[in-house]
Amino acid sequence: MSSSATDTSIGLAKPEGWNRPPVIEPDGDAELLEVAMGPHHPSTHGVFRMDVALDGERVIRLKPVFGYLHRNHEKIAEGIGYLGSMPFTDRLDYICPLTNNWAYALAVEKLTGQEVPERAEYLRVILGELTRVQNHASAIGFLIQEMGASGTPLMYAFREREKILDLFEELTGARMMVNYMRFGGCRVDASPAWLDATRKVVAGLPGFADEMDRLLSGSEIVMARTQGVGILRPELAVNAGVTGPMLRASGINYDIRKVDGYGIYNRFNFRVPLGDHWDVYDRYMIRLLEMRESIKILEQALKDIPGGPVMDPKAKIRGFRPKPGEAYGRIESPKGELGFYLISDGGPNPYRYRVRPPSLINLTVLEDMALGENVADVVLIFGSVDIVLGEVDR
Amino acid sequence: MKTVEEIKTAIETAVPGAGVQIVPNPSVSGQHSLRLAPGHAVEVAKFLRDELSFDFLSNVTGVDWPDKEITEKVKVTRTVTKTVDGVETTGEETVEETRKQVQPGCLEAVYHLYSVALKQGPLTLRMRTVNRTDQVELPSLTPIWRSAEFQEREIFDLFGVVFTGHPDLRRLLMWDGFKDHPMRRDYVEPDDFEYEPTAHDDVLKRALAHRNRDQGPGIRDQLAKAGQ
Repeated sequence: MSSSATDTSIGLAKPEGWNRPPVIEPDGDAELLEVAMGPHHPSTHGVFRMDVALDGERVIRLKPVFGYLHRNHEKIAEGIGYLGSMPFTDRLDYICPLTNNWAYALAVEKLTGQEVPERAEYLRVILGELTRVQNHASAIGFLIQEMGASGTPLMYAFREREKILDLFEELTGARMMVNYMRFGGCRVDASPAWLDATRKVVAGLPGFADEMDRLLSGSEIVMARTQGVGILRPELAVNAGVTGPMLRASGINYDIRKVDGYGIYNRFNFRVPLGDHWDVYDRYMIRLLEMRESIKILEQALKDIPGGPVMDPKAKIRGFRPKPGEAYGRIESPKGELGFYLISDGGPNPYRYRVRPPSLINLTVLEDMALGENVADVVLIFGSVDIVLGEVDR
Repeated sequence: MKTVEEIKTAIETAVPGAGVQIVPNPSVSGQHSLRLAPGHAVEVAKFLRDELSFDFLSNVTGVDWPDKEITEKVKVTRTVTKTVDGVETTGEETVEETRKQVQPGCLEAVYHLYSVALKQGPLTLRMRTVNRTDQVELPSLTPIWRSAEFQEREIFDLFGVVFTGHPDLRRLLMWDGFKDHPMRRDYVEPDDFEYEPTAHDDVLKRALAHRNRDQGPGIRDQLAKAGQ
């Protein structure tokens, strides 16, 4: 697969129904076994169910069932003001609250045309990339845990995640429910001591990436369990709206940080890693490589961060009423494309507030990847999608 | 990136009679949208995917526009005959009248398209149902873009739009027996939760007794008293 975007074979004529999951027939007149995996299955990362039909060990059908964590986040947001939804966005993807804050702030800024001060943009990039590192670290840890390596890699990942969460706590006051970004900036400024502490943590991250790489990438068991499993073809990945590391593991060069260049991402020098086998191992490897690229961005941002305010002091954030209109803003969250769609009717509350959840839409292709595989591999394929149920069910 | 006007012209040459309208967006985001006629939507979508390379459907969502009562004041001039001092005079008089008009509501599906091949976007498409009660059908774009599969199911679930041609149209987030559509503006939360006595009631009684005690005897005595 070439890395240039123009010669991918997307958009060419395909036979009818090419983007539906294939129908797999059981061998002979074997009786199918229907298993409900979940909602309380240790591998589902929360309350999520897969209704699987099995012929022996082979998956014949798979239907995901959602909604156990549904609280109608969108309806709640339409009943309160714009700022009132900011803390609730933390609860969507609770592993990466800061990128959720950022996406919502970006959508509102698109709607109102507010400018963000330079220092706030740098802080957003630093926090967003720290979030990406800790998300990818724990995603790899969970994936290996589901492979049966109980403990060690996950605890290594969580050791690193703790350091990053400590930084979040020092800056925002909370480890996970941060409520940090505001429309047109950030809530509080980072002290020089915090920046020094961050530089120290970032200096230790390449060593952590090397450690994970040495521990896992060449492991015979990891390779045997993941290589050639859960293949997702690039044309289906694009058609099914798959985004994030999953899309890039299928060889499509599409990173919203590069494509939209939102914030100040145009200023940083980083590469977009692409997979060429489209399997679970590629998804693991892409996450590892993206961690290394994030560390590069962090080093550049921590070197260049300017002084100045983090918020326009005249900006009105509380009880403001945007002019009627609509806006769709999106960012590259660690899980994929996180978008917010807002319609304003001139009132203090959004008329329509919509979250485009990457976790839910990446699950569209779960059945396609799992058909014909062994049931034990479904757990791995599901783990390689990297979802959070708070965002799937909203 | 082509402007919406150029895309509209391209669609109209490729699909005659498509009936595409531009919906301007007054906000600073400048994301204008195209409203498709449901009858030709699948053809237009296919054209957008195959010819204009909008291969990536990012976001699909519903919007509810309930019936809206518009009150407008109209100046009406009418001829009035008056009798002043026994003499009839005919004169014209301008009166302000308040007229009420009900604008029928509808349900809307909004699609945000991007192009992965050309790295462009977004293009916003919209489709409207005829009304909000019985004619709520729209053509499904899932056969064109698979990413609409779960999102159209969500709109069916939360707004009640029926997508014809969807391969697997079921509720997504609410359970199957659920009747209403919670994201509609006029949805009223049910008030019929049954009160079920739980094991906590016993504990609660004892806890209340504990709270109301005078500071004299200890909790053991109080519990013994409550047990009598």
